[in-house]
Amino acid sequence: MRVTVRLFARLRDIAGSGDLSREAPAGATVGDVWRSLVADFPEMARYESSMSSAVNADYARMTVAIADGDEIACLPPVSGGGG
Amino acid sequence: MDPIAVTTSVLQLDPLIRLVSNGGGHGAVATFIGVVRDNNLNRRVTHLEYEAYKPMAVKALEQICREADREWPGTRLAVHHRIGSLAIGDASIVIAAASAHRAAAFAVCRYVIERVKQIVPIWKHEFFEGGEVWIEGATANPEDETARLEAVRRACA
Repeated sequence: MRVTVRLFARLRDIAGSGDLSREAPAGATVGDVWRSLVADFPEMARYESSMSSAVNADYARMTVAIADGDEIACLPPVSGGGG
Repeated sequence: MDPIAVTTSVLQLDPLIRLVSNGGGHGAVATFIGVVRDNNLNRRVTHLEYEAYKPMAVKALEQICREADREWPGTRLAVHHRIGSLAIGDASIVIAAASAHRAAAFAVCRYVIERVKQIVPIWKHEFFEGGEVWIEGATANPEDETARLEAVRRACA
């Protein structure tokens, strides 16, 4: 199946794109997609314990199974707001 | 005017104040404006670029509004976050909260900004004299009750 991967902030910089199309085997989880990204971009590995992930714009754990066409997002620690 | 927005447009507080002030039952309106500062960690900041995962950022702001309503029932709340390139002195976030009494209005304003920093997928790219850096704050986990209660504690401090 094919999924879209959205990357933000430093993760986007590392990949050189915020929007990747990836192939994933049937039954794959968010974590499987993440590990395949780290294999291609080893610099991402240090975010393993600090990032959050989402499926179709809802927070989702690494163990969640994904489906064809899903949008998987990898979110570094957030820093919005101000003041 | 939508009570929640993530936008590249210049933020305006007055429309949010009007939005939350509808009706006569509110005796207090508290507001908060987050502003781009010219320094951070001894760096001379030249400008900031805010990036969002927009649909998810809007959902996270909606969650924060629901949480605030549970914690302080009857408050009316509006929050707009700006993204894109911001200059020193620009508003990055504006919040308006109306309530029957001042304590809840102040508390809701504080609660919202604390929660934004915890769970809203927005990132700050800081450009300073001599370099740039992505600011990395909290690991976002909307189910982390300890973090939520810390925001409540700060709001009521």
